[in-house]
Amino acid sequence: MGFFQTKRNLRNNIHHGWMLICLVLVILMPLIIGLGLYYKSYPILSTHSLAELLFSSSWHPQSNKFGLLPFILSSLWVTLISLIISAPICLLTAIHLTQYARKWVLRLMHPVIDILAGIPSVIFGVWGILIIVPFVSNVVGPLFNKHLSGFSILSGSLVLSVMIIPFILNILIEVFRSLPTELTEAALSVGASKWQTVKYVLVKKAFPGIISAFGLGLSRAFGETIAVLMVVGNVTRIPTGVFQPGYPLPALIANNYGEMMSIPQYDSILMFSALVLFVIVTLFNLASRIAIVQVEKHH
Amino acid sequence: MDTPVKIDIKDLNLFIGKNHILKDINVTIPEKKITVLLGQSGCGKTTLLKSMNRLIDLNNQVRVSGSITIDNEDILHTRKDITKIRKKMGLLSQRPYPLPMNIYNNIAFGLRISGRKNRINLDKRVERYLRQAHLWDEAKDRLRDSASSLSIGQQQRLCLARGLAVDPVIILADEPTSALDPISSMAIEQMFTELKQSYTIVLVTHILQQALRVADYVIFMYLGEVIEQGPAHEVFTNPKNVVTRQFIQGNFS
Amino acid sequence: MTDRRIRIIEEGFFRVLMFFSTSAIVMVLLLIIISILVKGLPSLSWEMISQTPRGGFYFGKEGGILNAIIGSLYLAGGSTLLAFAVSLPVALFMNVHLVKKVKLVNTVRFLLDLLWGIPSIVYGAFGFTVMVYLGLRTSLLAGIITVTLFIIPIMIRAMDEIMKTVPRGLLEATYSLGSTRSETAYRVFFRQCFSGIITAILLAFGRGIGDAASVLFTTGYTDRIPTSLSQPTATLPLSIFFQLSSPIKEVQNRAYASALILTIIILIISVLARVFERRYFKHKINF
Repeated sequence: MGFFQTKRNLRNNIHHGWMLICLVLVILMPLIIGLGLYYKSYPILSTHSLAELLFSSSWHPQSNKFGLLPFILSSLWVTLISLIISAPICLLTAIHLTQYARKWVLRLMHPVIDILAGIPSVIFGVWGILIIVPFVSNVVGPLFNKHLSGFSILSGSLVLSVMIIPFILNILIEVFRSLPTELTEAALSVGASKWQTVKYVLVKKAFPGIISAFGLGLSRAFGETIAVLMVVGNVTRIPTGVFQPGYPLPALIANNYGEMMSIPQYDSILMFSALVLFVIVTLFNLASRIAIVQVEKHH
Repeated sequence: MDTPVKIDIKDLNLFIGKNHILKDINVTIPEKKITVLLGQSGCGKTTLLKSMNRLIDLNNQVRVSGSITIDNEDILHTRKDITKIRKKMGLLSQRPYPLPMNIYNNIAFGLRISGRKNRINLDKRVERYLRQAHLWDEAKDRLRDSASSLSIGQQQRLCLARGLAVDPVIILADEPTSALDPISSMAIEQMFTELKQSYTIVLVTHILQQALRVADYVIFMYLGEVIEQGPAHEVFTNPKNVVTRQFIQGNFS
Repeated sequence: MTDRRIRIIEEGFFRVLMFFSTSAIVMVLLLIIISILVKGLPSLSWEMISQTPRGGFYFGKEGGILNAIIGSLYLAGGSTLLAFAVSLPVALFMNVHLVKKVKLVNTVRFLLDLLWGIPSIVYGAFGFTVMVYLGLRTSLLAGIITVTLFIIPIMIRAMDEIMKTVPRGLLEATYSLGSTRSETAYRVFFRQCFSGIITAILLAFGRGIGDAASVLFTTGYTDRIPTSLSQPTATLPLSIFFQLSSPIKEVQNRAYASALILTIIILIISVLARVFERRYFKHKINF
């Protein structure tokens, strides 16, 4: 018995130790990632100022000019437009599913949302090339009397908006579900119609949650790489319209890994781009999640 | 009191955060009797019960002072392995919590983790404790079925058998009949009166009738304090405290 | 028009809009699957899934995508295993050992959510850094390490969501039988959450097998099936990405076939996950 107890305690301690190690590793991971990328981008930071890297529009790696502005602006264009497209769809669908829809619609939509969320980025890219790019070129172009190749900010945004729909929608459904039913009952009992209840009470009450959901969607969209890269055109230029091609930051990293070693400091600027991406996305995430936590505390 | 004392609680104070949950508790619990902790919901009965096998450790922000002595050992400040102390006490909760495994293994689990893995021995013990909990006849043909296939009443008896299997000396029961139908409740009560020959039983309840039926000794709690304790017949026939009297009479009328 | 009429019209208008957005989502999903099917099915043949490409994946017209199928399975399987070895202990630790440290656990959840949000291309870049630091070349191993890092937060959070729902009473019951914390975790919690754990593994596997950006720098690409961890590996997402940009029709067909295979794998995983979620593990107690 004594031996058994010792063995048992030993096993408990070993498990405990391993669990603790894993937990500490996981907790430190964001820090390690940040530091690792910073370490790699140090060479470029020591020869170029941060302002130059972020706000210069001159990108000529051969002549040692590394301005990321065209890429950052392209990213902003693509993400913002994709949010503008997907936000109303998500909001309307979330309201529909939580307030109006019958049970079977919900049962149908659950797997639809899950599958959409599970489809790999590269498949969205293929779909974008097959459907969205020709659509922009053959339908949208003539509408505005323009000859378009279709590889453009608009195509990137359209593909991206479909990709972030399941992500935002899931959060929104949670947000609307967590609203107390008493709220609806109270509004209905003072004579409001269903839609008035939704419009004046529920949406208002859920507003911080809705903003957070959009924020999280935005940060998800900002880092999306392959699908956007496949349809956005990838031309280094500050975009001035949705029909022009763009070159988002993640695409820059993904497209140039091959040449990473051939031009001096090229690997460093790419790692710096990854660091910028990491910082922007994490800050956005942080802000949105803190907002959610604050709201939950309020309730 | 003529019977020997099993659990001796002295100056027990317990805080959760800023809330003073248990206030200056001084009680003695006699061996091989049924001691009933009586009082309204939220008066601290369950917390007191869970202090006895240190399940309060699972709560956040618990601060505790005083002593709980079981078999000459202060379990609040012992350095001994906490699992050994808990093994001394079988727990029966407000609703049954069977383990996610089959009926046989529910009983065998506690035995196996304490090193008793001999198959024949296990078989014997499983049968013995299932019989003791009056579950053998219903369960003997379906020992390999999942515990969740039993009714709630059967599950609670399974939990009792499971607790008995690890050779406890004390049974802690926290309103064990509150989720059960009247017949299952009676079965549990009847079992307690059989079990008190070999075990010290502490039963938490807010049902006066249940206390009247089974109690040998009563501890009456009100807002975190013990306001009356003593042999059941004395407390019930001649309560000294006003609140106790109201509680008893209120339930009679 | 009266106020009432306006209100009714407004509600009707928005109900129509809502109905259209909901159906639009379903339509888009169908459109995606149909377009992948239409392009992929004609290219799919026994040759396609049983052979590696001949004459180079970018130019050779002959052969199939077996290299990418096997490579993807190796990569996703390996990283899912590794991630599991880290994720299960962490999820159990959070919900069993740290059950009373509510604040700490919530902070960890917050951090995990942040990690989940980091784009896979950043994991790819970081994985590349680690690879160089360890002195590795682009290889299956480097890819597995990167994908593991990328799916760990997903797996932990998915397990955690299930374990959060286990009632405190089960923990108390197990402890009162005298079990240690690791016994409680691995023998009781693990069983109770079994179906959820399987779902979490499937989810992470799906993420791992579908992601291209994280492996772009680390696995390399090859026509051959890897025979050791130190060799470069083809994967389905990259097989699509690279071969689609080829001017040669036959090569493009390989990309479409890969896309179809990948979509089928993802659909199977999603169906399996649903089945496991529904058909609970036999002994699970429904509290």
